[in-house]
Amino acid sequence: MARTCLIVDDSRVVRKIARRILETNGFDVAEAPDGQQALESCRASMPDCVLLDWNMPVMDGISFLKHLRAEFGPDNPPVVFCTTENDMSHIEMAITCGAQEYIMKPFDEEILVSKFSQAGLL
Amino acid sequence: MSAVLTVNAFETFSQLLKARSGLVIGQDKTYLLETRLAAILRREKLPDLNALAERLRRPGADALTRDIVEAMTTNESFFFRDDKPFQHFRAQALPRLIAARGPGVGLRVWSAASSSGQEAYSLAMILTECKAALGTRKVDIVGTDIAREQLTRAKEGLYTQFEVQRGLPVQMLMRYFRKEEANWRIADSLRAMAQFREFNLLGDLRPLGMFDVVFCRNVLIYFDQDTKKRVLEAIAAQMTADGLLYLGGAETVLGITAKFAPVPGERGVYGLASTQRERRPLAVGAA
Repeated sequence: MARTCLIVDDSRVVRKIARRILETNGFDVAEAPDGQQALESCRASMPDCVLLDWNMPVMDGISFLKHLRAEFGPDNPPVVFCTTENDMSHIEMAITCGAQEYIMKPFDEEILVSKFSQAGLL
Repeated sequence: MSAVLTVNAFETFSQLLKARSGLVIGQDKTYLLETRLAAILRREKLPDLNALAERLRRPGADALTRDIVEAMTTNESFFFRDDKPFQHFRAQALPRLIAARGPGVGLRVWSAASSSGQEAYSLAMILTECKAALGTRKVDIVGTDIAREQLTRAKEGLYTQFEVQRGLPVQMLMRYFRKEEANWRIADSLRAMAQFREFNLLGDLRPLGMFDVVFCRNVLIYFDQDTKKRVLEAIAAQMTADGLLYLGGAETVLGITAKFAPVPGERGVYGLASTQRERRPLAVGAA
């Protein structure tokens, strides 16, 4: 059975690109445009992993991650950040809060696949 | 549209590349000449490759020759490329090499055709992570390449955002890099472990000294059989008795030289054949 990935990003274009790459690599994909909807999606059906933007309306990525870890435990599901925030302080905060990997936008298929491999998802 | 490459011009390039770098360009690979030499054509304000070949035949073309060889032999490199060889180096090779040597005996590791340095620095990261097992012993990492521009990049240890996301786990990025404007600089401690030198694999390898581990990955694929044999046997002569050679996934010593034997169950990893181990030092690293 294919593994599931929840793509959380307020950009429809980014979701579309990430969906194409992940589906090509065997994932079933669900989408959410902000952290709040992503949290509700996880409560309804927990994905095998999450690809997570940082800056989004309603609830940002780091708040979503903190809620997710508080509610469902420290490691599951694995979370890969995917954001334009590309300084060390953001990276460290993401990892400290429980993200497994970190992608700095812009990204392409090679980077996404590399990072999912690093996170043990591929 | 560029002119069709003449037979004479093709021969000029192929002979030059074979003699200077061992690179073999077949007639079916002329597109590589077109794509990789395009920047030189623009810089020299030349209309096509035929004109560039003509320029090469004139006296005083040494610098241009060097630029062409560099452009044709520069290959992509990324951190922890293919991962498995690095896993083997960390989990199998290092513990065995350390156990076979006294506590003060150092290790020498060679990244042959080191390009912009990612392979050498990947090894430096592993060696840093294994510091407890290494103890006080000195570790030398030597990166060599014929491309000066790549050697300069390797020495600087400055990588783009794209480069630090190919193969490099985020934990390693956090531990061993710092951001410098749009790029990422490798830690000074890792830069201090690696030295980068201009060196041609077709030349005399003896001045490099002896090595416990050699990474020569995705280099031999560009050579013809005779050059592969020559380079492999020259590498073998620079290895300690229990040293290990790592080749690329599409490369092998089988059918080329009997000086190496595959490490059973490990694709792309070779030790010296038993006949080669006699009279070799077990270890050469300085304390």
